[in-house]
Amino acid sequence: MELIIDITLLTFLGLTALAINRIDKLFCIIMLSGIYSLLCASLFVSMDAVDVAFTEAAVGTGIATVLLLSTIGATDTQQRSAPQRPLFALLVVCATGAILVYGTMDMPAFGDPDAPIHHHVAPRYLEMSQQEVGSDNIVTSILSSYRGFDTLGETVVIFTAGLSVVGLIGFRGMQKFGDRQRAAGITQDDMGKHLVLRIVIKMFIPLILLFALYVQFHGDFGPGGGFQAGVIFASGFIFYTLMFGLDAAMRVVSPRTLSYIAALGVLTYGGVGITTLLMGGNFLDYNVLRPDPLQGQHLGIFLIELGVGTTVFSIMVLIFFAFSSRKGLRQ
Amino acid sequence: MNHLAAIQVIIPLLCAPLCMLLRWRTGAWLIATLATWATFGVSLVLARTVILNGAITYDMGGWPAPWGISYHVDILSAFVVLIVSGVAALTLAFAYKSVQREIRPESLRAFYALLLICLAGLLGIALTGDAFNIYVFLEISSLSAYALIGMGQRRRALRAAFQYLIMGTIGATFILIGIGLLYSLTGTLNIQDLASRVEMIPTSTYGNHTLITAFAFLTVGLSLKLALFPLHLWLPNAYTYAPSVVTIFLAATATKVAVYMLLRFSFCILGQRFVFEQLTLGNILLLPSLAAILVASLVAIFQYDIKRMLAYSSIAQIGYMTLGISLNSHAGLSAGILHMFNHALMKGALFMVMGAVAYRTGSVYLSDFRGLGRRMPWTMAAFVFGGLSLMGVPLTAGFISKWILLQATLEAGWWPVTAIILLGSLLAVIYIWRVVETAYFNPRHEIEHGTEEAPLSMLLPMWVLIGANIYFGIDTSIPLHMAERAATILMSGGTL
Repeated sequence: MELIIDITLLTFLGLTALAINRIDKLFCIIMLSGIYSLLCASLFVSMDAVDVAFTEAAVGTGIATVLLLSTIGATDTQQRSAPQRPLFALLVVCATGAILVYGTMDMPAFGDPDAPIHHHVAPRYLEMSQQEVGSDNIVTSILSSYRGFDTLGETVVIFTAGLSVVGLIGFRGMQKFGDRQRAAGITQDDMGKHLVLRIVIKMFIPLILLFALYVQFHGDFGPGGGFQAGVIFASGFIFYTLMFGLDAAMRVVSPRTLSYIAALGVLTYGGVGITTLLMGGNFLDYNVLRPDPLQGQHLGIFLIELGVGTTVFSIMVLIFFAFSSRKGLRQ
Repeated sequence: MNHLAAIQVIIPLLCAPLCMLLRWRTGAWLIATLATWATFGVSLVLARTVILNGAITYDMGGWPAPWGISYHVDILSAFVVLIVSGVAALTLAFAYKSVQREIRPESLRAFYALLLICLAGLLGIALTGDAFNIYVFLEISSLSAYALIGMGQRRRALRAAFQYLIMGTIGATFILIGIGLLYSLTGTLNIQDLASRVEMIPTSTYGNHTLITAFAFLTVGLSLKLALFPLHLWLPNAYTYAPSVVTIFLAATATKVAVYMLLRFSFCILGQRFVFEQLTLGNILLLPSLAAILVASLVAIFQYDIKRMLAYSSIAQIGYMTLGISLNSHAGLSAGILHMFNHALMKGALFMVMGAVAYRTGSVYLSDFRGLGRRMPWTMAAFVFGGLSLMGVPLTAGFISKWILLQATLEAGWWPVTAIILLGSLLAVIYIWRVVETAYFNPRHEIEHGTEEAPLSMLLPMWVLIGANIYFGIDTSIPLHMAERAATILMSGGTL
């Protein structure tokens, strides 16, 4: 049964990739890439990697699609020039694929219980993480404690992405845009006129935000954590922006405030590390935070997930603001 | 004292968000400068500790390897960190005026924050003892580098950054695939643990297919990152259109860290015997290195944008480093590693000259250099000294590494290669001379820019680097000692 599901999903994945290559309507491409991510997420679920699947669904299908849409909002929905057909690139890609297939020849079989990945590092995670870290979700234990330094790095990657957008696009003219809108008496985008959409979205936003909080704080016990929660919270916020206009959204939280929140998120994460250093442990060794190591782990993971969540949320909204404010300028 | 390895990376990593919290724009520069000087100080102490007491291991989060991420600082890491943080400290001192001129004021804070993040990424790669952590920090340093390059004044900077983004991402993905394949074979990510478990992998007569594929992906990915000859296409545009400060910093550090990764993966994980005897990395690297030395130097001669000329020269110089590796001998490795240090000194200084000239004249075309010998005497003198070091004239740092490289090729009996190295130096004489001739012997520029000498805040770091070029050309004991010991460690598989 699982084999049939896997084959079906992979076939769809291949078809979607081919379709993305053939189509030249950017809007369709973005929708298809959302579907592609969803298929990936389904594959991850069938591999029992629900945490990864959750992230892929939230990021790939959710926020990435919205950000891409806001980008074509600022540019164009059609590809200007006919797509090139570079043969050499195709050859390189095929060769790379062939080498990858060659590389799988001596790889342990998929799901092989004797594979080295199941016998070296993993057993300690599986058997000891309950006593050592205390979190019910082993993935959370690995991400935020055993390999917490990697996660700090990934949070900085998100932060860097936001900084890059701010540095390259900036918010020049954003204030002016708001002024112009106010002067013209426009406070909402066109979509705001649709009554049904308005009411439905108004009903949904609190639920989305609540769900984000649940994902944030429930990461210890089930799939979830700061990354997913931040993305979901951001999508709720972006929903609001789409409905009630950039101006209204920016009155709730301005780009500058967002950049402060993002910086504070990273500093929260790093601050936990600095605190552990000052309290005599190694960097990010949560055991020393409380007299009882397990409580220390719990507190440390709670705080760093909070840092991750706030950074991811604010950077996602910041990137969205940066792209959609350019669209406003064009109009 | 033990925490130094962690602190080294944390300082720039956490000062970056601090930059964003300030409203005061000069404050961002101040924080960045303090952070880089602090990192440089830490790297000096770290290097001293490692030289005297041997390698340091530091467990992040208190989790021992291979379960947690641990930092492993041996003499090679300490050497690379010293280069990176030293260049960063001088670059930041240089940056104040140059950045004021070239970067939009509202992006200043983001600019300095990104610069610090890039520094943290490069340091993290050099210090970590965990293969996946290398990838995470590679992402940090690359992403910030793309953005920094895109912030150049000309619109083409965006295109250059995009080109680099695509090529760099392909490189990083290849590296990730390589790491993933290694993980599937061994079940661990810690570098030392990987090394001992890779050794135990049973091999058939053809070798292990997965291991060979991992090697192939790592080599191609790293070659993209270090701009080895046919894969260098992103580099000239990126260096030409990036803001001056970014070019100084990246040219002196980023490719060196990529060379470091190549050394680390091939010698400390896959093992010298496997990589060189079974997979003949030496032969794989040899031709591209020689081609880089010849072709890139030739192309450099025909450039009119001097920044682009120096970018091509960088590709040629990377050729010397990889040539040293391809020799697969202690002397060759020492030469390659030492050249990382010396090339950082000379290219840092030369690109600082470009930054100063761009600050005064607005661009760095060959024609802009007319009459600069008289109007910017200190800057142009720095160019002459930096150029001498680049050619490899005795009493400069560039001479030492080339000399050791020559000896290593003679030792291996590779006469034609020796000839090519000498030819490469001659080509360097030609392209440096074009600029010197224009600056000193051509009539003045018809448009008087009102050019005067560059401000002191630019001249000082520039001349510190020139001083280092000369000092380490005369008394080369410290870097040479470190490079030789690093080579010994690599030849023994990173276990010392």
